[in-house]
Amino acid sequence: MKWSNVKYLILRRFVQLVLLFLYFAGNYWGWKVLQGNLSASRLFDTVPLSDPFAVLQIMATGMIIGTNALIGAAIIVLFYGIIGGRAFCSWVCPVNMVTDLAAWLRRKLLIDRIERKVWVTRNLRYYMIVIALIVSAITGLAAFEVVSPITILNRGVIFGFGAGAGLLVAIFLFDLFVLKNGWCGHICPLGGVHSLIGKYSLIRVKHNSDNCTLCMRCKEVCPEVQVLGMIGKRSEFVSGQECSNCGRCVDVCDDDALGFHIRNYLSKESK
Amino acid sequence: MSHEAKKKTPISERRRFFTDLAHHAGLGVMGVLLWAGYAQKAKSSPLTLRPPAALEEADFLKACIKCGLCAEACVNRPQNIDKETGRPRPGTLKMARAQDNVTIGTPFFKPREVPCYMCEDTPCAVACPTNALDLKKVTNPQTGELDFKMMDMGLAVVDPNSCIAFWGIQCDACYRACPLMDEAIRLEYDRNPRTGKHAFLKPVVDMNACTGCGLCEKACVTEKAAIFVLPREIALGKPGAHYVKGWDKKDQQRVQERVGKDVTTHDERSKENPMDYLNKGLEF
Repeated sequence: MKWSNVKYLILRRFVQLVLLFLYFAGNYWGWKVLQGNLSASRLFDTVPLSDPFAVLQIMATGMIIGTNALIGAAIIVLFYGIIGGRAFCSWVCPVNMVTDLAAWLRRKLLIDRIERKVWVTRNLRYYMIVIALIVSAITGLAAFEVVSPITILNRGVIFGFGAGAGLLVAIFLFDLFVLKNGWCGHICPLGGVHSLIGKYSLIRVKHNSDNCTLCMRCKEVCPEVQVLGMIGKRSEFVSGQECSNCGRCVDVCDDDALGFHIRNYLSKESK
Repeated sequence: MSHEAKKKTPISERRRFFTDLAHHAGLGVMGVLLWAGYAQKAKSSPLTLRPPAALEEADFLKACIKCGLCAEACVNRPQNIDKETGRPRPGTLKMARAQDNVTIGTPFFKPREVPCYMCEDTPCAVACPTNALDLKKVTNPQTGELDFKMMDMGLAVVDPNSCIAFWGIQCDACYRACPLMDEAIRLEYDRNPRTGKHAFLKPVVDMNACTGCGLCEKACVTEKAAIFVLPREIALGKPGAHYVKGWDKKDQQRVQERVGKDVTTHDERSKENPMDYLNKGLEF
């Protein structure tokens, strides 16, 4: 296996694991690098960070939320909105490791080749956002935060796993046997929120169709394959909001037809 | 269009529109009902003790973002480091897991395991980003300083059946463990008629002074604690505004709560004059 074929994959795993380790150390050794968890944290004991979707749900319950959480959410929105795009999902979120494993096994076991008549719209995640906010307003409890496998895995690493870990196994099995990219690519409302936040981000994958040999390996590994409509047809940025900048397509491409670039909104070719 | 589809009745655009509408609305309502049902159940954790400075439970559940910064501040506070090992002792605050019967991801504590030591700087509340733990709740409005006596996590309750002091055995473990000794727990002396020459030293909790820190529960010598902390809503009854201590000026103000409230019983029998009812004879 060539390094260039796994570069971003290994970088991503490295970032994901380092973040989990820092959170763990924040509790276990009291390190003041990154404390809290992905719902809300404190960076270097000063900068607040918080999950904009969690903050939105708390606001939906009718609660006036503390300023630190609001500032934290604003920082996250600005960072991903301007720079990272939907990178949270593939570079930070620990559940990505679970669902990527399921997707990898699907490919290895050729489960993808056997057609199953399960069809769920990839827009489900946006409906989930609306439903989560409605349920938060009705029950007075941030609704996604009590079912989210992301926080369950994240808290499990930091404070110790509980019975909620079963949910992670369930999602793994769901992705493996029920629906390809089921959780991250269809259901997860936090992924939907980050898709919307990152829609206009500067860092994007760009396709060069002149180099493309139509091997379609990129489409095979892409967890949001609908964003790769231009492959072999047009040279342009992957501008679909659901692209999580995971870079797997860049990794697997042997023809230098895909790469990370910075979108330049001033020039015409960046669409 | 395939051969089979042709045979079926064609669906008009209008019908398709309304069916799609009903489809989406139906799925949406189903999702809301399932999810809200679970959330309603998930937020019911009436026996939970929250960190000091926590908002009232319903508001606390709304505001808590489940980040665990309070629990981390609690376990890693400098006073909690064991000088011999250099490692922190177990912290008071725990983050609820699925099996804990507490809304998942929220902080709580179990006094019998680790009570709250009521740090004067309340590091847990300082760490909270959402104000679910609100420093105002433990700040003295007069001095503007943090006051640990204003903490209110619950109320200690004594079970006189299992408390050995009520048997006549001398034990003042809870009394001595109490950070507000003689305020929150005092010892009531009573004659022991069984022996005729000994005294009972009964622990009695003052509901206004007790903060619910649980040091008494931790210190209790019985196998299962005979003094334990419960949330106030569970531990206390409520007499209602029509029972007032006439001899207590402060309590008399509660009569005001009655204004505008109908406290008369209305049922089948109360329609008639009591005199009529007596004259009719008894009917059960």
